[in-house]
Amino acid sequence: MTTTWADLVGTALLGTDRRGGTPEVLLDSAALAVVRRRAGMRPATAWGRPATAPHDPRPPLPAAARRRLALLLADRATGSGGSGRRGCAPSLGELLPQWLAEADARGYAAPPELLPALLDAARARTDLRPDALALAGPRGLWLAGLNADWSFALRAGAPGVLPDTGDPDTVRTLWEEGLFAERVALLARLRARDPGRARELLRSGWAAERAEDRLMFLDSLREGLSPQDEPFLEQALTDRSRNVRATAAELLSALPGSALAARMAARARTCVAWDSAGGRIAVEAPYACDAAMERDGVVAIPPAGRGERAWWLGQVVDAAPLATWPARFGGRTPREIIELPVADDWQADLHAAWCRAAVRQGDEAWARALLGPAPAPATVLSPVGDPAKLLSVLPAQERARWVARFIEAHGLSEAFQMLAVCAVPWAEPLGAAVVDALDIARDAGSYPWSFSGVMGLAERCMDPAEADRAAPLAAVPAESAHTSPGAGAYWAEAFQRLVGTLRLRAAMIAELT
Amino acid sequence: MDGSNGRRTGRWTTGQVMALAPDASSRGAGTGPGTAAHWSGTGSRGTTVWGLYANSGGTPYQVVADTAGPSFGCGCRSRTLPCEHALALLALWTGGEVGPAAHGDGRPDWVTRRLAACRARGEGTDRSGPGTSDGEARAARGRAERRAARVAAGAAELEQRLADLLAGGLAGADREGHRWWDEMAARMVDAQAPGLAARVRDLGAPATPAGDRPSRLLEGTALLHLLARGYLRLRELPEPLAATVRSRVGFTVDSAQLLAGPTVRDRWLVLARQDTADERLTTRRTWLRGEATGRTALLLSFGAAGRAPEPALPVGRLLDAELAFHPGARPLRAALGPRHGAPLPGRMPPPGVRVAAALGAYGEAVAADPWLDAWPVVLAGVVPIPGEGSWQVADAEGSDAVPVAAGGAGAGAALWRLAAVSGGRPVTVFGELGHQGFRPFTAWAGTGAEAVPLAA
Repeated sequence: MTTTWADLVGTALLGTDRRGGTPEVLLDSAALAVVRRRAGMRPATAWGRPATAPHDPRPPLPAAARRRLALLLADRATGSGGSGRRGCAPSLGELLPQWLAEADARGYAAPPELLPALLDAARARTDLRPDALALAGPRGLWLAGLNADWSFALRAGAPGVLPDTGDPDTVRTLWEEGLFAERVALLARLRARDPGRARELLRSGWAAERAEDRLMFLDSLREGLSPQDEPFLEQALTDRSRNVRATAAELLSALPGSALAARMAARARTCVAWDSAGGRIAVEAPYACDAAMERDGVVAIPPAGRGERAWWLGQVVDAAPLATWPARFGGRTPREIIELPVADDWQADLHAAWCRAAVRQGDEAWARALLGPAPAPATVLSPVGDPAKLLSVLPAQERARWVARFIEAHGLSEAFQMLAVCAVPWAEPLGAAVVDALDIARDAGSYPWSFSGVMGLAERCMDPAEADRAAPLAAVPAESAHTSPGAGAYWAEAFQRLVGTLRLRAAMIAELT
Repeated sequence: MDGSNGRRTGRWTTGQVMALAPDASSRGAGTGPGTAAHWSGTGSRGTTVWGLYANSGGTPYQVVADTAGPSFGCGCRSRTLPCEHALALLALWTGGEVGPAAHGDGRPDWVTRRLAACRARGEGTDRSGPGTSDGEARAARGRAERRAARVAAGAAELEQRLADLLAGGLAGADREGHRWWDEMAARMVDAQAPGLAARVRDLGAPATPAGDRPSRLLEGTALLHLLARGYLRLRELPEPLAATVRSRVGFTVDSAQLLAGPTVRDRWLVLARQDTADERLTTRRTWLRGEATGRTALLLSFGAAGRAPEPALPVGRLLDAELAFHPGARPLRAALGPRHGAPLPGRMPPPGVRVAAALGAYGEAVAADPWLDAWPVVLAGVVPIPGEGSWQVADAEGSDAVPVAAGGAGAGAALWRLAAVSGGRPVTVFGELGHQGFRPFTAWAGTGAEAVPLAA
């Protein structure tokens, strides 16, 4: 008797009373059929197999570092690094970026079994993407190609993803048909390898690009800006979009040898001169903003509350090469020039413009002169320029020393921005200065959460070797009359977290070497 | 016979406690009395353990267990014996969270009352006085015979009800929803056949892909019928198969007794370790592969909720140890006996087979034990292939493949990890192969490669 499984199911559904036979025979036959089918399972036909992942020549992570990465990624996934009061445990999520950067710097490849978690982390946090994708390497990109959840990795422009930029046709196709992010990535990659061809590509369809895209493309030229970019930027000065024109002018003014810089220098010289009779700098701000100035990026209409002439002066001076001034003032050094008196209350405008110029042109000597020595405790902070921006022009060691002296004099309340531009790990004596200042704040009865921003920075940026410096502060002190009630325990907890995080960072880095 | 009794002193292991539970799937049905926070007034004295379980309804349940019977009493309405509260109480006790009652401080009156009630039901006896070992043995034999008779009566009833069901048609029963099945399961619990009860309950659970339901219902019903019929004709079966039937019906075997018998000593490679947790307890499954014998063994261990079960054998290590296999037509489950020395590194991937041979191994196993869901296999030289919503594992050469079983917690993550380890190249994978497909647990990327556990 040949009874199919479907027959048996049909009979079972309707019942043997209606379909005939006995329940026992039906169940016996069904049991036999089930066991026969299971015992005789045949292989299925394989689908198309995925391509093999490209070879990754980088060395694997040391075992301890691999376990650490697994922990950091698991912590991120379970979200214990979230908001809320943090207690004294280190915030692992904040350490992942640093760990990834350290591992990348040492040229390791991610362990394959952690690639899914690594890609998930990069998907959730865009700030992690460059380092996470670099660590994931070619196998990570291969894997991302199999899972739509990770398609961001294919667009992010990580090395090895984009079609070979050596093939003009693929480049052309991607440039013409790709998504905006893909095109930006392609441009950046091509620019690193062959800036000339990148400019050609950019020029090819420039007029047809949307204004906001033109602005982004132009902005991407900031990286690796060179005199060869000048003709293209000159052309962009006549762009339809005011923002594009302004960006082009800004980039040209950062090229001291550019024609725009020379034009600005000429304008600046007519405004700022040496008054030998008065022994001071004489300033004659522009009386008008003509078409040529506007073409060079000078914005004619000042923001509300600013005088037109001061506004124009500022723009002319900050776009002029700083080398203009020593020649103008009898070969004086930047410091000597800054110490010169300025006529008619123009000093603040002039110095602010020089600050912007020093930052834009990355001029160490001028930045150093404008910052001056760290201000003494009593002095009011100079309203001229943004110290954090000027600091970012200086070498890391000098930056750390300046900020340390600043904190010794002024405490931490104004220091956050400056600390944020200091290189990680903080160089001597910055860590000591921050710990001392926190100690002073505690003794003064402040609550630690007023300093949570600085604490967080210190956890991530202090040199891990300095953990012992903060260790004595992690003990819970006895309450005294001049401390806020309960603050002692919170401070101790904050310092415990600082010490714990620093020790953890030290361990993490040791594991990588 | 049921070997979990006969120990009158000493704290049980969690494994002994969980051996009392109807089975793994019924353990999953608990609502979580496992945490100590639910309990008050706990105490123990001699072989008796008691405590008050704060249920959401108001009056706490009075829960008592006597490990000498074993016998159980609880104020809940569950028809399962032992109920989840009694099991949880024992789990707390084995975890050291129930201390002995203060000396001279008798057990509460309700404990005595409940134990008396248990005795009246004939489900176990309170140890009320010192007994001779002869008397105990006699009592144990009597208990075993009574239970065997109850189970046989339950199996006969099940057979009758299944026949009625098939006579009237599954369609009719299914219209009643899961009630019919739940009631049937409760009767099997009363009959002390937790294995049958769990199978019945699983059949009543709403099936995923609904369109598949009639076919799956008939499969399950037919296998249930086969099991009940097997138990009713136990004496006609060859002993190994009879042992399989007994264990599937729900009779447990005591590890200590097993280990007193013959053991297999080998260097066992730890293939994989999987923990599954519900609110009440964590179940750990550890698979081993003997280096010399080539045998695969499965160790089961249990821990109270939030606590990792012992032992934590490291995946990829070699363990010189003696195992005692549970009897059966296809012995797999084993008890871990004496270990000799510390685990050694075992870096080479274990020898494995191709897809067709693995299916053959599962086929042979299922022919010997028709109630088997899956069989552990090591696949060598295979490539994972992601597809639209499902996966395959295929031989690197040729066209043979098996589908990957869908579902399970973290299954998706495990598969992507497998793909990452493979990188599109052949790997060795250990997992369970069954009628629902292959479930990968551990991968080795190549010769000399470390074992990579795929569960997070």
